Amino acid sequence: MWFYIINFFVAIFATITLRNNIEVLYVSGLLTLIAFLLCILILWLLSALYSRDRFSQFSSIINLTIFFIKELIVANLRVSYEVLTPRNNLKPAVISVPLAIDTELEIMILANMITLTPGTLSIDVAEDHRHLYVHTLYTEGDLETFRRNIKQGFEKKLLATRIK
Amino acid sequence: MTEILAAIFILSGVAFMMIASIGIIRFPDFYIRMSVVTKASTIGLGLLLTGVGIYFNTIETIIKTISISVFVVLSSPISSHVIAKAASLIRVPFWRQTNLDDYLKAKETPDDPQFSD
Repeated sequence: MWFYIINFFVAIFATITLRNNIEVLYVSGLLTLIAFLLCILILWLLSALYSRDRFSQFSSIINLTIFFIKELIVANLRVSYEVLTPRNNLKPAVISVPLAIDTELEIMILANMITLTPGTLSIDVAEDHRHLYVHTLYTEGDLETFRRNIKQGFEKKLLATRIK
Repeated sequence: MTEILAAIFILSGVAFMMIASIGIIRFPDFYIRMSVVTKASTIGLGLLLTGVGIYFNTIETIIKTISISVFVVLSSPISSHVIAKAASLIRVPFWRQTNLDDYLKAKETPDDPQFSD
């Protein structure tokens, strides 16, 4: 799976460096895309023989990326509004979010996504890797709401990218 | 047409960066300022680089802008995470209205938390 994705980018890069002409690039890029999609289709048909876990992982990674970009834009507009309006209704808090994920890679991805979103900042991870301390600008209602938002949003989608 | 589109992207990126720097001045506390700064590096730089890529419209520029944004997205949260952790270790004061219940319970620090105005 990943081999084909890397191959796709290598093919595009090769066409770019060989002929530095933007129209040629569009045509050959389209052809490479069609070839890539055909490879995926053949792999998907073949995978009926053994297992389809890798494909579900790929779609859930795309799902996570789209969700993250949406959150990023919403939080950006919200913090911009907060900066530009004179009254501030900040309610900052440091909240410990209990983690259901346990590998270090997933914790790193979750902490990086939280930090990249404006308005939230991951400060620390507990020593036993069970809690993540998040500094946030807004706590609507109580702290439990914020915890549930993180767990239902980012962490659930991150858990879905695991290979079963 | 290309120039107008590029100008729109670059100007909105610069506007986001300016809002972030206004936020650095306005907000009361180190941690709140840190979380506002991430805006300049994500959306601001992303829009600016998109505008540059649209304006020049050559392959080299597009590859360079895409790789710059990938490296920024990889490296900027790690640096801000390390800065925030260092600040919490040397007890940079929190804002007075910050809700610190969870953090103090977890750290089990007997002494008072430090607050600033």
